[in-house]
Amino acid sequence: MNTIILKTASKYLLPLLLLFSIFVLLRGHYLPGGGFVGGLIAAIAFVLHAFANGLPHTQRLMRIHPGFLMPFGLAISAVSGMFPMLLNQPFMTGVWKKDPVPVIGSLGSALFFDIGVYLVVIGASLTILFTISETR
Amino acid sequence: MIAHVVIWPILLPLVSAIVLMFFWNQSKVQRYITVAGHGISLLASFWLALRTYSGDIITLNSGSWPAPYGIVFVADALSGTLVLLASLAAFCVSLFSVVSIGTGRASFGFFPILQFLLMGLNGSFLAGDIFNLYVWFEVIIISSFVLITLGSERAQLEGAIKYVTMNLLASIIFLTGIAILYGLLGSLNLADLSVKIAQSDDKGLINTAAILLLVGFGIKSAIFPMYFWLPASYHTPPAAVSAIFGGLLTKVGVYALIRVFSLLFIDDPFIRSTFIVLAVSSMIIGAMGALVQQNIRKIFSFLIISHIGFMIAGLGMFSTLAVIGMVFYLFHDIIVKTNAFMISGLIFKLRGSFRLENLGGLYNRYPYLSIMFALAMFSLVGTPPLSGFWPKLFLLKASFNELNWWIIGGIIAASFLTLIAVIKIWLSVFWRKHPNYVEAKKRIVWYDLPKIQKFTILLPIAILTVVSLYIGLNAAKIVEICQLIAEQITQPSLYIDAVLSNPENQP
Repeated sequence: MNTIILKTASKYLLPLLLLFSIFVLLRGHYLPGGGFVGGLIAAIAFVLHAFANGLPHTQRLMRIHPGFLMPFGLAISAVSGMFPMLLNQPFMTGVWKKDPVPVIGSLGSALFFDIGVYLVVIGASLTILFTISETR
Repeated sequence: MIAHVVIWPILLPLVSAIVLMFFWNQSKVQRYITVAGHGISLLASFWLALRTYSGDIITLNSGSWPAPYGIVFVADALSGTLVLLASLAAFCVSLFSVVSIGTGRASFGFFPILQFLLMGLNGSFLAGDIFNLYVWFEVIIISSFVLITLGSERAQLEGAIKYVTMNLLASIIFLTGIAILYGLLGSLNLADLSVKIAQSDDKGLINTAAILLLVGFGIKSAIFPMYFWLPASYHTPPAAVSAIFGGLLTKVGVYALIRVFSLLFIDDPFIRSTFIVLAVSSMIIGAMGALVQQNIRKIFSFLIISHIGFMIAGLGMFSTLAVIGMVFYLFHDIIVKTNAFMISGLIFKLRGSFRLENLGGLYNRYPYLSIMFALAMFSLVGTPPLSGFWPKLFLLKASFNELNWWIIGGIIAASFLTLIAVIKIWLSVFWRKHPNYVEAKKRIVWYDLPKIQKFTILLPIAILTVVSLYIGLNAAKIVEICQLIAEQITQPSLYIDAVLSNPENQP
């Protein structure tokens, strides 16, 4: 799409949407949100950028192929699930740091699981969308 | 003590899949990791199976949430053995696929997806929660969608559409059944559901849910009226893929049927007689379908349907003897069907065709190989003392105890028809002269393969043949395990107690 309004807007919307996606990711433990929705919002940010500026431009901006985010995300989620097993707790037990961390709040293994989901969702949805628009 | 051993058969394939994804474009490295990963999973499953043979039902409350609320993983002797056999079959298929899968398919993620498939299989055998079971089914079908379409050949896509449509439909029906149970009883844990269903008065809705689950699992395990997607799709992907599909995917449906109809919906004469009707029809129709086919893999596909009938018959009778026969048949069938499809892949490698009219002369050229094939084929039929004989004996004995002539006739007729189908394969593939050898020669890659690769293709077939021989010749040991399983399955209270009064539940 070749409109100057969208092009200009997407320049500002990309960082804003990415920030918003991280906000949604972090608030997701007790409130609506979490890794899946956050990942989708982040993916939408890049899709919007690709709509406005063309796919090659967005790919240059991302530097890596989005598919590479999937193994990283899966690894983070798997490790956060298996980490309690080192402490002789069942798989997926929530392990929490005692003192809260500033800005984020309580830090636990659930957050890392969500970060993993976030990366997998970005990777998977962008791989699908980029592949579709490339082969058009 | 926390039984981490239950979760390892699920986690190890996941870990290998993640490692494989990091090596996305290095198909050579992936091949080594695949075999190593499946080897480690096999060891972990072996350990779990040995633990379950002591008679304990091992449970693990994931996330430390106590039993009726959290997701439980349960390993009784049936789950333990199935996890072991699934890992064994997957290990053999991975060895087979390391050589037979080309770089084209490998570069689109064949090997990680194979690991995800094993994760789904092990997960569904170990799930102690009906919704979790559904999730593992989804993991299995999504992985299998990828495996069946990888390569995008015309026939493959056509088969995939039928496969995908029917399996999605089955999932929806299964999910509706779960929704009814959850709406009625407010629980998803299998043990808890079992207790609540026994107390509930609303028999109408519970029977509706039972029939929905029967249809959902029935489509997945390809029993009589819902089987047509299987022979339409299983012959299209590469042989390694159809080996794991034919050996394991339908068996997950059978496992789910066994679990649900031994734990949740017990003592319903209508459902039992439905099972018997479905079983006898599957046996006969499947075997008759096999007779008219000309493609080896289609013959095996129809034989799957026929042999699923034997297991469902055991579920219909549901005496201790019948359950022994049923689970024994399940174990034997996983090994033999995986082997049969790998053998068909080897035949393709040797002769360049799956169709009977283009094949021939293998006995003359490879006598030792042919004997191995014959062993696998005749344990498929159930000639004594090979592995297929014993479960049929138990099933026949159980049906004679009840004097159920339908099942007796069905078993004998289906075995006889299977024998004819196998003889047909033997005659045209092994005994007669090769009809148009020169013409097919250009499609044969076998002679160009280095020795080590030939060995890697033959090894898994040899392993499974030896396992099948072991099952047949050491049947006393297997029957002992099956007796333990039958005891656990016919007394659901053992399962319920193990899950609900797990000492970890008390804070």
